[in-house]
Amino acid sequence: MATDVVSESGDSSDFWQGVRLSMPVVVASAPFAVLFGALAVDNGFSVLEAFLMSALVYGGASQMVGIQLFGQHVAPWLIVLSIFAVNFRHVLYSAGIGRRIAHWPVIQQALGYFILTDPQFAVAEARAQSGQTVGFAWYLGLGLPVYLFWIVESALGALFGKLIPDTHALGIDFLLPIYFLGLVLGFRKRPLWLPVVIASAAASIIAYKTVGSPWHVSIGAVAGVLLAVILPPHHSGVKARP
Amino acid sequence: MSTTFWIIIAGAIATYLTRIGGHLVISRFDTIHPRVEAGLNAVPAAVLTTLVAPELLNAGPAEWAALVVTAVVSLRGGLMAMFLAGAAVLILARQFVG
Repeated sequence: MATDVVSESGDSSDFWQGVRLSMPVVVASAPFAVLFGALAVDNGFSVLEAFLMSALVYGGASQMVGIQLFGQHVAPWLIVLSIFAVNFRHVLYSAGIGRRIAHWPVIQQALGYFILTDPQFAVAEARAQSGQTVGFAWYLGLGLPVYLFWIVESALGALFGKLIPDTHALGIDFLLPIYFLGLVLGFRKRPLWLPVVIASAAASIIAYKTVGSPWHVSIGAVAGVLLAVILPPHHSGVKARP
Repeated sequence: MSTTFWIIIAGAIATYLTRIGGHLVISRFDTIHPRVEAGLNAVPAAVLTTLVAPELLNAGPAEWAALVVTAVVSLRGGLMAMFLAGAAVLILARQFVG
């Protein structure tokens, strides 16, 4: 992969290009940040604790699971283990994106992995696939607005949680699936896309019905990835590297 | 410090380990086997699919309409266009079918 030398002005325009791409993510995640804040306070968190969890964990689904278990007075180690289980899919993101950002300084990489969320990975991976370099400025432009809105909206939700109107009519419980479907379809030109999607969908639905959430995510993901590994390389479009 | 605080800190560390762990494991190898690379290339579709598929089990007419419109728009439009179209259809449909 080529590491382009970019000028200062190039960094700045890269940053703002990333910011533009972050906007759908900011919109889609906003209701969940507010909802998390409201639920956190409802389950015994203080406003500061809700804010801290969003700022330090920064993983929506895992935060929801965490506060739900906290509200049920589950043992602390089990809460932490559940957060780990829900977030386990990031191991795959981490392995995938590492190839794209290996040319960054270590500190920048450390920060980059901290904000490695589902959309962050998908959008960065799509950029790499289109042949463009995933630069730090662009990556930060994509991730920073999402992070800042997420923690501020979590605090606002914790402060004013009881004021949320009918969430079902506003459709906020289904905004993320819509967004994720769009991301999945964005990768449709990749080799093996359809077989991988079918394998992952089938495995995750079966696991959801049998093992239960959140394991269906890891099980479904592994099924799709394994299929791509098992099929002969000429199907997957990957050639041996020189 | 309260128990809540320590749960948050431990949860944050566990989460960061998942976000950096895959890279730390992969980067120990000098070359990536083509099959491993094929597996890594499958990651986005594989993981993101699992975040959508189980939702289909509980999806009603409004949700299906939104997903179909999202899929159609995504063939031509960008991410923002498809997201707004899907959300608009969802909100509109839910006013009628709940």
